[in-house]
Amino acid sequence: MEDAARLLQLVVNGAAAGCIYGLIALGFVLIYKATEMINFAQGDIMMLGGFFAFALIAHFGLNYWVGALLAILLTAAFGFALDAVVLRRVIGQPQFAVVMLTLGLGFIFRAAAGITWGYDSVGFETPFTNRTINLHGLILGQDNVSIIVGTVLLCGVLYLFFSRTRLGVAMQASSQNQLAAYYMGIPVRTVFSLIWAISAGVAAVAGILLSPVSMIDVNMGFLGIKAFAAAVLGGFGSIPGALVGGVVIGIVEQLAGYFLPAGFQEVTSNVVLLATLILRPQGLFAELAGKRV
Amino acid sequence: MRYLFKTDYRQDTTLWRHRGDLFWYGLLVVVLLVIPYVLSEFYVGELGGVFVFAVAGVGMMLLAGYTGLISLGNAAFLGIGAYTDAILLTHGVPLLIALPVAGLFTGLFGIAIGLPTLRMSGLYLAIATLAFGSIVGTVFQKWDAVTGGFDGFAVPAPDIFGVPIQNATGIYYLSLAVLVIVLWFSANILRTPLGRAMVAIRDSEISAQSMGIHLARYKTFAFALSAFITGLAGALFAHYVRFLAPDAFDVLLSVQFVTIVFVGGLGSLHGVILGALFVRLLPQFIAIMRDDLPFGIGRMPGLEPSLYGLVLVIVILFEPGGIYGRWIKMKQWFQAYPLKRRTGFRRQKSYARSERLR
Repeated sequence: MEDAARLLQLVVNGAAAGCIYGLIALGFVLIYKATEMINFAQGDIMMLGGFFAFALIAHFGLNYWVGALLAILLTAAFGFALDAVVLRRVIGQPQFAVVMLTLGLGFIFRAAAGITWGYDSVGFETPFTNRTINLHGLILGQDNVSIIVGTVLLCGVLYLFFSRTRLGVAMQASSQNQLAAYYMGIPVRTVFSLIWAISAGVAAVAGILLSPVSMIDVNMGFLGIKAFAAAVLGGFGSIPGALVGGVVIGIVEQLAGYFLPAGFQEVTSNVVLLATLILRPQGLFAELAGKRV
Repeated sequence: MRYLFKTDYRQDTTLWRHRGDLFWYGLLVVVLLVIPYVLSEFYVGELGGVFVFAVAGVGMMLLAGYTGLISLGNAAFLGIGAYTDAILLTHGVPLLIALPVAGLFTGLFGIAIGLPTLRMSGLYLAIATLAFGSIVGTVFQKWDAVTGGFDGFAVPAPDIFGVPIQNATGIYYLSLAVLVIVLWFSANILRTPLGRAMVAIRDSEISAQSMGIHLARYKTFAFALSAFITGLAGALFAHYVRFLAPDAFDVLLSVQFVTIVFVGGLGSLHGVILGALFVRLLPQFIAIMRDDLPFGIGRMPGLEPSLYGLVLVIVILFEPGGIYGRWIKMKQWFQAYPLKRRTGFRRQKSYARSERLR
């Protein structure tokens, strides 16, 4: 009984961590689907989102919910500007130019955050910090539960947005065929910048949800590397795939930390990533059928 | 200005374009040989570091600049080469054997990572090599029996035919020799059908394949070659730092290698040298300028990586040809003076090439 409860706890913790990976991976996938770019700075945008929330809530003393909402909007605006000012210029350059560009941007963000907010870990009071839920003897931290609930809610909102609203459908159209979308009168460039905004906003949500579990610090962007594993496992182009991949990676990682000797937990996500690429490069939820000549 | 009249197809593949090249490169080598007698030990040591990074940069350039395969895991190759060399030396293997063996052993890893990544396109490859790099980095940290873990690994001082190499000058000459050999070797490879095949793959995989180039074979070869050269650089690196710490071979180092080829100029061996100079001398420059910069900018922690990032961003946005590309433009401007044409280097309008079917 003890073991089963322990195992369940590990799974919940893993799923919570996995939701964070999934949310970052969702950001990758949204951008990749639309523009065929990979944003290596996604993890650092999450870090910025966390710091924005920290500044608004801890410094300016705003209410948690108001501060979080403002931080998300700020980060989204930042993502919009990033695309409109920087990334739009490299369309047509070789793909790895974009990889290096976003990597470089990530370094800049990290330094900017370090200079502004310092290199120590910071945190702020949330309604979920240090509280637990007792479910028939199973004790869960509210912080972990809030991550899972928050992710599910966010996905519902995004699903409704992409399937029901005009703008969401326009975004889908631009992702599928840019030229046709232009012909239909969709302002494709603005739409792409808006997709970057959504992706940055999702990253900010991840950063804010993560803050009660692990503190906010400059290097939290390295979670982005684990999120790659989630995106690749899900098939890099499938939105549900990214989330499922994230949860799978999170749970596997927790279990590996529990059952395998020290050191394996760090490499789990990378091993899963390489194994996926070698055995099933199209991922669990294959969307992209092949390559255009 | 010199006009080259080509009268033979073979002139396209000669190592030197004309005798002037031979003269200037010869002069450069002579200057480099004399430098340790002129400059202080500190600068000699720094230049030795530049050479080590330039060797690693050549490895990266053959892969990224000439074959078009991006790798974010070359720091792992450097680490494998460094540890192999250090371990061989502690077992009494002489340097002249340990150095190539370290390279060859790393080359095997290059094949091992090259084979499964063959069918991946640029982005997946970057991610896969990133994952490979961080797995190897973790192995260095956790496998204390071999690498000494976080206690580090003291590299024994090597000797060549009884002449010990321990001070900065010795490392300087050793790395210079390896760099010259590696550059010569790469320049030769690039003018064989092998090198032409690599360039063809970079420019278009599909047309290369249609011309009868065996993609898998050449890509694996490029990986093996890159890993071999980076392994050599790793062995030199081990002697350069003298004490191996497992966390030295992280993603940041891989990014530095990529910075070398991007900032120097993709697709040119000259660019490697310029890029290595930039990457190695920037921290020194910051250290010297530290007290003179306004607002205490020089004292801010994390300044270096952000400057690398900033320069990378600026280069990609404004000068994709890197420092060497800018140099070519300047040279052209002087040669044609005052008849510079504004359209001479105008970039073609480029469009995103989709890799999708739907």
